[in-house]
Amino acid sequence: MKPTDISDPDYFHRVVDCQWACPAHTDVPQYIRLIAQGRFADAYMLNRESNVFPGILGRVCDRPCEPACRRGRVDEKPVAICRLKRVAADLKGDITQRLPPIPGQKNGKRIACIGAGCASLTVANDLLPLGYEVVMFEKQHEPGGLMRTNIPAFRLPAEVLGEEIRLITDMGVDLRLNAPIASMKSLLAQGFDAVFVGSGAPRGKNLEIPGRYDDAAHVHIGIDWLESVAFGHINAIGRQVLIIGAGNTAMDCCRSSLRLGAADVKVMARKPLTLLKASDWEMEEALEESVEIIQCHAPREFVIENGRIRGMNFERLEYHEEDGKLQSRKLGEKFFPADDIILAIGQENAFPWIERDIGLEFDQWDVPLVDKKTMQSTRPGVFFGGDAAFGPENIIWAVEHGHQAAISIHKYCHGEDVGVRPPFAVNLTSTKMGIHEWSYSNSFDTSVRRLVPHVSLKERFKKISIEVELGFTAEQTQVEVERCLNCDIQTVFFAPKCIECDACIDVCPTACLTITHNGEEDDLRARLKAPADNRKQPLFVSESLKQTGRVMVKDEDQCVHCGLCAERCPTAAWDMQKSSVKIPYASDELAGTAQPPQRRRA
Amino acid sequence: MSFMQKPRVIHSKLPKNELGLTTRDYEGSMSTLCAGCGHDSITAALIQAFWELNIEPYKVAKMSGIGCSSKTPAYFLEEAHGINAVHGRMPSIATGANAADRNLYYLGVSGDGDSLSIGFGQFAHALRRNINMLYIIENNGVYGLTKGQFSASADVGSKAKKGEVNQQPPIDPVIAALTLGGSFVARSFSGDKGQLVPLIKAGIMHNGFALLDVLSPCVTFNDHEDSTKSYAHTRQFYHPAVHADFVPQKKPIRAAYENGEAMPVELHDGSTVVLRKVSKDYNPTNRAHAYSYLHEHQKRGEIVTGLLYIDEDQREMHDISNTVSEALRDLPYAELCPGSAALEEIQNLYR
Ligand SMILES: Cc1cc2nc3c(=O)[nH]c(=O)nc-3n(C[C@H](O)[C@H](O)[C@H](O)COP(=O)(O)OP(=O)(O)OC[C@H]3O[C@@H](n4cnc5c(N)ncnc54)[C@H](O)[C@@H]3O)c2cc1C
Ligand SMILES: Cc1ncc(C[n+]2csc(CCOP(=O)(O)OP(=O)(O)O)c2C)c(N)n1
Ligand code: SF4
Ligand code: SF4
Ligand code: SF4
Ligand SMILES: [Mg+2]
Repeated sequence: MKPTDISDPDYFHRVVDCQWACPAHTDVPQYIRLIAQGRFADAYMLNRESNVFPGILGRVCDRPCEPACRRGRVDEKPVAICRLKRVAADLKGDITQRLPPIPGQKNGKRIACIGAGCASLTVANDLLPLGYEVVMFEKQHEPGGLMRTNIPAFRLPAEVLGEEIRLITDMGVDLRLNAPIASMKSLLAQGFDAVFVGSGAPRGKNLEIPGRYDDAAHVHIGIDWLESVAFGHINAIGRQVLIIGAGNTAMDCCRSSLRLGAADVKVMARKPLTLLKASDWEMEEALEESVEIIQCHAPREFVIENGRIRGMNFERLEYHEEDGKLQSRKLGEKFFPADDIILAIGQENAFPWIERDIGLEFDQWDVPLVDKKTMQSTRPGVFFGGDAAFGPENIIWAVEHGHQAAISIHKYCHGEDVGVRPPFAVNLTSTKMGIHEWSYSNSFDTSVRRLVPHVSLKERFKKISIEVELGFTAEQTQVEVERCLNCDIQTVFFAPKCIECDACIDVCPTACLTITHNGEEDDLRARLKAPADNRKQPLFVSESLKQTGRVMVKDEDQCVHCGLCAERCPTAAWDMQKSSVKIPYASDELAGTAQPPQRRRA
Repeated sequence: MSFMQKPRVIHSKLPKNELGLTTRDYEGSMSTLCAGCGHDSITAALIQAFWELNIEPYKVAKMSGIGCSSKTPAYFLEEAHGINAVHGRMPSIATGANAADRNLYYLGVSGDGDSLSIGFGQFAHALRRNINMLYIIENNGVYGLTKGQFSASADVGSKAKKGEVNQQPPIDPVIAALTLGGSFVARSFSGDKGQLVPLIKAGIMHNGFALLDVLSPCVTFNDHEDSTKSYAHTRQFYHPAVHADFVPQKKPIRAAYENGEAMPVELHDGSTVVLRKVSKDYNPTNRAHAYSYLHEHQKRGEIVTGLLYIDEDQREMHDISNTVSEALRDLPYAELCPGSAALEEIQNLYR
């Protein structure tokens, strides 16, 4: 293999598994260290820089970082990254003074955002400090999008949501509530310099099977029903409830039902349990509340008696694999009684208000064609983001789309090529404090993952707004922060210094290092000290060593960043250096007449 | 010296041996030696070898004297027995322990100072008695622990860190062992685990005294330019003469070994050492030949390594003394101490 090019910013970024997996590249290990030091406001601001809504995301993020966390590979469970974020948000105090200043002198550019969900709010957050005017059109009477209308208050309290939205609207968003956009054409005629479409994926999928409309009052579309619950239009439901579908929407529907008076709630899944779409933790919480999840049942018909719903008939299925594909076989039918049925089988985009003759192209499924990097549609100056862009995702993806769209809009408004993206960079600084001392907590803490305490099952159903999770206690926080392996403290190797004494290799607790003769990747992977079969993790290969011409190879997979290799190296050929990934934002761009960057780092 | 212990975390796919143990289960406490010391590498090689041999750590007795090298038994096989003896006196203590319980695996770890300076007499006698043990000299040419004075293995002309030049001829433990009748004589280098680990395994399984001289650079006091025991010097003049592969009992010996270049030597427990000659003219079963080969190459400044001499038929101490096969501890008291009448009888034999 060729020597690894560590000047490529992606190399060390990739080692920080959580940050690499986070769509917005949140600097997780650094914020965890800040929490460890009790610097909650600093931790919050660092989070806010990339994910904009730390209080919200610290509760409801889909957390792609956690399955990626290295701790999960050397230990049973990953670090509770998401719940630590909440600690920073809960304890931050007042941070309004630390937000970027909004220039009094505007730059003369007006941007329209359609929808006031997290995607649009992120665009506003990034552009307002640069002097833009942002007009945001929202069809509801409150901003927040699905975070407000669909994520139930027992998971995300209104105050937390309200506070983080206000931080942005208070930057001077021209927010027009109760203002649905009915025609893109006429909006475009209003002379905005750019338009951002952040209208979400607002249509819940229907289930056209016999009996669907025979008692329509008791058959609900999940996301519409949750919205009605959120706005207080619905505050009761029957005793027996069936939820059709088993994704995250289903989990919110079943748990909301329990809080509106249902006593017997079943989630009906077509697939086997192991293949369900809902996140593990959402399912766990539903099960904790005695919701039943029934697998391998496909809905066949609504059963109606005297114009009133009685329940539903299902086909019982059995699955087996055929030619690598999952095939089902019918085993028979089964009836399940119900007073109300909620359909939670998915969402789709819908753009009845976008004319099809304005140069904005849609594909065969009526989804707009959007560039994955620039977020621009086929009509220059019209950008998409969030669920509106590529279909339903989650909040953190919507935020990342918002950041990218903001960069594009900034470039577009100043006549620059939106295709030329600002580069990532990595900065390295040694953490050496003494011969065997580092400026981070390098020893491995064997503690197991802490569990967030919950409100008791007796208390939590009293009101739908009672937040179930209580957040970590101070003691739990103190333990959990130490579980982080500091993957951003990188092992940096300087080949000319190595005398091939093997000290680093012998001391490494997780057998990451090998000195051997070079070879092709497959061959090298087979010759390392411990099996290097996790192909998702890169190998570091050094230049040839001085004394024998062999190479130093490091399998990044299970390095616990303990620094012992660097401590035991007699020549300091290894050093532990902190990598900071420089993530580009609109404010870093010196596009056109924009003000110089005003972003403050934590 | 690192202040923290090596973390207990392990690689999730670290291989296990027949006992279900990983190499981590053969470790001891964290080394307090200087970072980069060759001795730590030998520790790692010992861990690897005992792990590969599937030996339960509690069946091992670690014996050592005084020196950085002699400290290392604390850093491996935590659950083994051990005696850290007085400077240079480990061989006699090992002899006593071995006499009392011949059923443990004996491992002596010593230094060039410990064995060739103060303990040379003791070393010679353990060797000639052919005590059944692996005796490792971690050879760095200096007294590391006492700050780097020349030891008896320092070469003529080798320079100390502060500049003075050694004038005294060295004692070469390999030559000494050959002349004193050693039954297993080998040399290796801490920086070559590919060679060292099989030699350790063969030495442990050898029936008798296995001398293993391991060049082990002292990074702090003897790794500079003009030192003949540095990493760089050793690598430059390294001359492997015979490579030894250790083949455990159960494994058949590969046919490739049968073609003359390789020479299988069966050990008493049925395992085999296969000697692969790097130098075609080398004969590791001929003492006189080994001696002259070493001499010749040493004149050129070369460091000859490998399993240089082996004689598996030589009788070890217990065979010569016709002792019981059990550990004395396991004998019934009446047999171990038959009483004054029996003593009287024995004494009568000499009257
Ligand atoms: C039940 C449910 C639970 C979820 N739980 C989570 C979770 O726990 N974690 C997570 O990360 N994600 C979750 N999601 C997904 C997440 O809510 C969305 O991916 C995210 O809100 C998308 O943000 P957005 O800004 O693209 O759109 P949205 O949040 O949908 O916001 C779009 C806004 O645009 C407005 N709008 C639409 N059309 C127009 C128009 N023509 N004119 C004016 N305004 C318009 C809408 O009223 C809305 O306010 C959940 C989704 C659902 C349905
Ligand atoms: C009887 C006695 N004399 C002298 C000493 C001082 N002393 C301690 S270690 C040592 C030399 C050790 O050298 P070596 O065996 O080569 O070990 P190294 O430290 O080089 O590994 C000496 C002379 C002592 N401990 N006891
Ligand atoms: S920091 Fe060094 S010693 Fe520690 S696990 Fe990583 S490679 Fe091994
Ligand atoms: S400890 Fe340092 S000098 Fe020794 S092998 Fe490792 S990198 Fe090289
Ligand atoms: S002084 Fe020399 S022999 Fe002793 S620990 Fe340090 S490097 Fe090793
Ligand atoms: Mg010495």
